[in-house]
Amino acid sequence: MEVLLQQILNGLTLGGTYSLVALGLTLVYGILHVPNFAHGAFYMVGAFVSYQLMSALGLNYWVAMAGSALVVAVLAALAERLVFHPLRHHEGLHPMIAAIGLMLFLEAGAQALWGADFRRMSTPYEGIVNIFGATAPVQRLLIVAGAFSLMLALHLFLTRTTTGSSIMAMAQNREGASLMGIDATRVAMLTFGISGVLAAVAATLYSPIGLVFPAMGNLVITKAFVIIILGGMGSVPGAILGGLIIGFAEAFGAFYISTDYQDIVAFVLLVVILSLRPEGLFKQGAR
Amino acid sequence: MQMLEGRLGWALLFAAGLLFPFVTGNDYHLTVMTTAYIYIIATMGLNLITGYTGQFNLAHAGFMAVGAYTVGILTVDHQVPFWIAFVAAGVVTVALGVPLGWVSLRLKGHYFSIFTLCVGYIMYLVIEKWESLTHGTVGIIGIPAPSPIGPLEFESPMSLYYLVFVFLCIGMWVMRRVVNSLLGRTFMAIRNGDELAEALGINLARNKLVAFLISVLYAGWAGALYAGFVRFLGPDLAGAHHTFDMTMFMLIGGLGTLLGPLLGGILMPWLTQYMQFLQEYRFVVFGPLLILLVIFVPHGIVGSYLVRKARRASESESQAAAAPESGKAQETPRA
Amino acid sequence: MLKVEHLTKRFGGNVAVNDVSTTVERGKINAIIGPNGAGKTTFFNLISGVHKPTSGTLTFEGRDITTLRTDEVARLRISRTFQATTLFDMATVLDNLIVGHRLRTRSGLWDVLVGSNRLKEEERICREKARDALDFVGLSHVENRVAGDITQEQRKRVAFALALATEPTLLLLDEPAGGVNPEETWGLADLIRKMVKSGLTVCLIEHKMDMIMSLADKILVLSYGEKIAEGTPAEIRSNPAVIDAYLGAEHADV
Repeated sequence: MEVLLQQILNGLTLGGTYSLVALGLTLVYGILHVPNFAHGAFYMVGAFVSYQLMSALGLNYWVAMAGSALVVAVLAALAERLVFHPLRHHEGLHPMIAAIGLMLFLEAGAQALWGADFRRMSTPYEGIVNIFGATAPVQRLLIVAGAFSLMLALHLFLTRTTTGSSIMAMAQNREGASLMGIDATRVAMLTFGISGVLAAVAATLYSPIGLVFPAMGNLVITKAFVIIILGGMGSVPGAILGGLIIGFAEAFGAFYISTDYQDIVAFVLLVVILSLRPEGLFKQGAR
Repeated sequence: MQMLEGRLGWALLFAAGLLFPFVTGNDYHLTVMTTAYIYIIATMGLNLITGYTGQFNLAHAGFMAVGAYTVGILTVDHQVPFWIAFVAAGVVTVALGVPLGWVSLRLKGHYFSIFTLCVGYIMYLVIEKWESLTHGTVGIIGIPAPSPIGPLEFESPMSLYYLVFVFLCIGMWVMRRVVNSLLGRTFMAIRNGDELAEALGINLARNKLVAFLISVLYAGWAGALYAGFVRFLGPDLAGAHHTFDMTMFMLIGGLGTLLGPLLGGILMPWLTQYMQFLQEYRFVVFGPLLILLVIFVPHGIVGSYLVRKARRASESESQAAAAPESGKAQETPRA
Repeated sequence: MLKVEHLTKRFGGNVAVNDVSTTVERGKINAIIGPNGAGKTTFFNLISGVHKPTSGTLTFEGRDITTLRTDEVARLRISRTFQATTLFDMATVLDNLIVGHRLRTRSGLWDVLVGSNRLKEEERICREKARDALDFVGLSHVENRVAGDITQEQRKRVAFALALATEPTLLLLDEPAGGVNPEETWGLADLIRKMVKSGLTVCLIEHKMDMIMSLADKILVLSYGEKIAEGTPAEIRSNPAVIDAYLGAEHADV
């Protein structure tokens, strides 16, 4: 029983993190119809900035997280302005290639600045708590709590505020929204900024139980794509649900089958599903 | 410029390739160039499926690795003669390409690219983890050089250079045929618009698959040459960054042009050579370069030239169409 | 020539085409009109195989084509144009047209690799057919112009030429005069008459009433996916149901 609880916690931890990352990705895809391959790099930069803020400046974990969220939000907004905005009328291949160029740049830059070594991020929450006999590291509980609170906050923002609704409006219909006076460029930058925040927070939450290194975003981004294809490109509930599905599949797969091939789970799932349903699990209309 | 095109241009390029070892006389340069040629062959394949048929295959490096590992495994673990292993590399790559291509090509646009990104990653992971077959992270070492063909041996850098050069020429020749033929036009029609191509009676699934299989065959055989040239392999060969490198070659040279991969594939490695300190961090420069290219020079060097040439021809056409009236007006008074 | 029986297409909960039956008459200019969202393009998509009907049948020259793919339909000599004319802007007009005749050729990879005579012959034929089609639409003089440089009206003609190069017997034209000024519209209408005179059957979707009324032999009117009227231009012009669909119930007595 404890083992099962353990795996459920693992599933929630992974799922929560993946959902946060996938959410950022799906919001951007919904607005721009461009798969932002650089999103994993945003995640990685988020982890590194938090790490640097904590180790070099001695800041508190939460302050570092906030600082990192801010930095990556600005980075993401800049990326929109400088890279994706000029390409908004180009056909499918070019924006993808530009996103890849951005990703490569950020990864190489991180490596140049901080080296390729693996680092451990420290956290003030090293303890363990006992829940119904299962050992739950506090950090994991924190990840779950943090991830879902942020998702709730995002949901409220998107549905209850004017700015949030304008983002949703643009995701539905870009031309229509701008006809209604919604500034498409501002909304695009804002969306990117939000995706940056989500990535940075997810990275800072998860890093204490993982490792920090320049290539850490690659796996995460590929899985995030799997998630949004499963959940439907541009769908917020789809990203959350998809993230949880993958998180649980990995946690249970790692434990009951093999840890070696844990990372493959997401991709095999994608291959299987797209082989059977080329449109993805949920039809999202245009794509 | 007009003179350099057509037969004369190709002959010049061929001669340049033949003479290169004598111009440089430096084994290291030969090695750099030979490696460049190998990647150009692979890039030509990628250019066919991506530049000409419009499907961005992010698993391309994986197929190159499949070809390389086929040669490595067969020659090192099973003592199969090199050239038989070479042919096998082509067979295995295409055999793998059939189911993968069939499944993935049903996907449109971004889904195809994301799907192939995942497939490529699976290929990398499988090569890394399946130790009994691929030697895992240790890799395969001691791959023999290509076996002699008659009196020709392939142990020296110069002989290897010429061997790869011959394959490059053959590959380029075949690609030129394909691309300039009705088949090439079919691929381009698919790239320009799925819907319209189908309305013109083109069987999308079959033609996309043909393009895909040709492209992975190029990758597989480039990989096989790589194995015989570099003589050791690691899972890293299947890494996506190689596909990104090749994408860069295509973009700089010109996506969907014949000379594009050639130009980009020669320019980039040599540029990197001169910026040795950059080697590890080359993408700090190349990343933004890719972005700038895509925004400002989306057709690459060769592509931009071709576009400008077509524009100029088009303009002189429209001027010529307007001229006869003025010519006629002048004629009559004289009579 | 083309028999449409009880054609229905449902997308999830939305019925785009609802139990439409009609015939496309050979050698005539058949038109489909209706307010926006009436399901006209979906109707074309069903015929040309872009969508599979939810129910109903399509019979072309006695042959059931209901579930055929688009390329199979094209091979059976039903050709179509689209509302948005996509051409390869970087290539010449002629270059764009050569692939139009591809479906009537049989060369494959093997022919390309060995440089077979069949390939050479077929490429020559494709080029010839491209020129013929371009000549038919009156644009031989722009053969070597880059496709991105020609006018909207010329683009429409090139799109026609592309469809003609496939050697169809039935041509489906989706808004052939879209984005074209009134004078040019008459030119395109003449071209359509010329096509029919040369033996083709045409079925077109259009919004330009003057053009339709003077051009069409038979008109089908769709509204909200249903057929509300069918007949000659004179009959349609005075049909209250049609006027109602376009202008609203208050004007039905006009």
